[in-house]
Amino acid sequence: MIPELGHLALILALSLALVLAIFPMIGSLNNTPGWIALARPAAWGQFFFIAIAFGCLVSSFLNDDFSVVYVAQNGNTLLPPVYKVSAVWGAHEGSLLLWVFILSGWTVAVSLLARHLPAVVLARVLSVMGLVSIGFLSFLLFTSNPFARVFPVPLEGGDLNPLLQDPGLAIHPPMLYMGYVGMSVAFSFAIAALIGGRLDAAWARWSRPWTTVAWMFLTIGITLGSWWAYNELGWGGWWFWDPVENASFMPWLAATALIHSLAVTEKRGAFKRWTVLLALLAFSLSLLGTFLVRSGVLTSVHAFASDPARGLFILIFLCIVIGGSLSLYAARAPSVTSGGRFDGFSRETLLLGNNLLLVIVTAFVLLGTLAPLIYDALDWGKISVGFPWFNRMFVIFTPFLVVLMGMGPLTRWKHQDPADLARQLRVALLISLGGGILAALPLLHEGSVWAGLAVMLSLWIVCSLLLSLRQRLRYRKGLAGLWQDLGAKGSGSYYGMVVAHFGVAVFIIGVTFVMQYNVEKDIRLSPGESTELAGYTLRFDGVQARQGPNYRADRGTVHILKGEREIALLQPEKRVYTVQTKPMTESGIDVGFTRDIYVSLGEGLGNGDWSMRLYYKPFIRWIWFGGLLIAIGGLLAASDRRYRIAVRDRVPASAALGNDGLIANGGS
Amino acid sequence: MTPKRKKRLILIGMMVAGVGIAIAVALKAFNENLMFFYTPSAVAGGEAPAGHLIRVGGLVTKGSLKRQQDGLTVVFDITDFAETIKVQYTGILPDLFREGQGIVARGRLQEGNLFIAEEVLAKHDEKYMPPEVADALKTAHKNGAEGAATEGTKP
Repeated sequence: MIPELGHLALILALSLALVLAIFPMIGSLNNTPGWIALARPAAWGQFFFIAIAFGCLVSSFLNDDFSVVYVAQNGNTLLPPVYKVSAVWGAHEGSLLLWVFILSGWTVAVSLLARHLPAVVLARVLSVMGLVSIGFLSFLLFTSNPFARVFPVPLEGGDLNPLLQDPGLAIHPPMLYMGYVGMSVAFSFAIAALIGGRLDAAWARWSRPWTTVAWMFLTIGITLGSWWAYNELGWGGWWFWDPVENASFMPWLAATALIHSLAVTEKRGAFKRWTVLLALLAFSLSLLGTFLVRSGVLTSVHAFASDPARGLFILIFLCIVIGGSLSLYAARAPSVTSGGRFDGFSRETLLLGNNLLLVIVTAFVLLGTLAPLIYDALDWGKISVGFPWFNRMFVIFTPFLVVLMGMGPLTRWKHQDPADLARQLRVALLISLGGGILAALPLLHEGSVWAGLAVMLSLWIVCSLLLSLRQRLRYRKGLAGLWQDLGAKGSGSYYGMVVAHFGVAVFIIGVTFVMQYNVEKDIRLSPGESTELAGYTLRFDGVQARQGPNYRADRGTVHILKGEREIALLQPEKRVYTVQTKPMTESGIDVGFTRDIYVSLGEGLGNGDWSMRLYYKPFIRWIWFGGLLIAIGGLLAASDRRYRIAVRDRVPASAALGNDGLIANGGS
Repeated sequence: MTPKRKKRLILIGMMVAGVGIAIAVALKAFNENLMFFYTPSAVAGGEAPAGHLIRVGGLVTKGSLKRQQDGLTVVFDITDFAETIKVQYTGILPDLFREGQGIVARGRLQEGNLFIAEEVLAKHDEKYMPPEVADALKTAHKNGAEGAATEGTKP
């Protein structure tokens, strides 16, 4: 009964999505207030029904209703309740349901929080989101119904993939989807602006906080995914340049370019066409990511069972969205006036450089991700693109990005005297060069040119941020002044930038140090035997069998000693989950601020001997700490007070009508 | 040409040059980092270059896994049912490595068609077969069947 209710709710949601996509849009074009007013109730209704469907699937999992195919495949009576809930998005159908659920949630959020928007603009934005929703809801209903039944009913479910039974992964997909789907808001704002022919500072201001929030979720999702891979895959890696990871990283890169370019459009009215294009790009890349993951065209640790019908559906959807939005862009963009002028050297130029670099990097990641497909399609052989290539890409481009990142906040809009900037940055340059050279020399540790470069770039960011802070607080004294400034209008954006850029500095240190000074050891140990790892002594004390709720485990005991003193006891496990009989490595990790010690069990070699893999990972926490800081920066920026002030008061009356053809004003 | 235009032209020129150089470097590196995939038949047929980083894949032959004295080095055969090659690997095998299972190994081919693997991948799904391996098996099977038909051993 409950699954049928869920199915019915999905069908009703699709009907409402159709209403949302058609009527408010037509109403906004021929000025029919009654039709425009339909947008909100339709958005709310859609959310309501999808929430019911989602609730139905959750309840089917909690009640172990194995008459539902999806539950029978991914649920199990022995599964702890938390994982019964997270099993909802553990495979294809359910994760798509989560996707549309989040999309309808974003739609409702826009309808509630963007009330200051002119009714026509809001109706168009919601309508475009409805269009996207139609695509995904029909995909769900026609190719991957999560409520399909099976007969005879199995007695026990197939269990959730053991790899996914981890707290990190329980929240990783929702966060990632919040980001992916959140890009649809920026996309919808862009399309609405193109339809209305009004690409101006007001549009940029409206879509900025939404884009920043979506970008923040994407950042959290990617960071969590990386942390999960490190904890759970047992290989000590934190990023594999796996196609699916790239699929989430490309929209992130495009969105990073977008939030910077939106700043220019809002403040200076420039880059308008480019910003719109980036908004379209970011969402298209999100869709492409979905296509790559769902269609199973690429080999990946994430690959779900492939189904050509599904792949084809998303491919067609992708073509419609990209083709449609680019056609609209082509039709409307030429009439957009270019906005605020700027000189050859100004903050605009630096941000242009930032955008250029980010887009190039995105293009290269795209190339590396799709190259295997292209080669296969053209019959050039089966290839994969090596890990080192992606890394090299970033080593080439990151320094340029970081140099710009340091200069940007200190540079004036419109015109900057290079000599003046050089004078300000003299100290920062000296400190970062000095620090970098010191780090590259073999003083404390074995030296490394790359570590030196990383320290130099990080110091460059930190010093220039401090300079910029000093400049900002010139007229406010001490901590009290800082505190006072934090609450001011426009401060959220500024301090968000500071925190996020600082996060990048932390991240660079983490990535480089872990790659340079990582120690890895595959070894065979007998009980009682010790081994040396990067100055620590690791003593293996054998393996005991243990019974978990839905698995059996061999638990190893490894003591970590620094000199004579024991500093940690690690208990890595080798688990076999009873239902799927899959072996799983649960690594033992001693977490530290400047280093992790990571032990994972290999296999029993007889006589109590085990093969195991030991890692010393310096500064690895800094990678996720950096990611977290970047996300916090996003949160700060999005919570800036000025976005909460009714924008309507500031927009000229003509804008409120919104459908005045192709007039675009020249920005602020 | 006004000085302003000249300035802008220089800026654009520098940007184009920078992007051009970056793209050239990246594409060169790209070509160097491509890893081709070979089936056991292709390796046996001498198509795979020795000493280059490549990937091979197939099913692990049942009963072929041998562990050497140090406990960490293993040697096993992989097959596409037409040809078989020997793979040597030192380190911890992935959790799902099992005889009969499809795997992909990354490494270099040595003299005498011994493949020294740097990494062995077995996917975390038992129903899952690496697509390259599935293709390799299909091709080998097809060729085998055609060969058999022309020899007339089968109706």
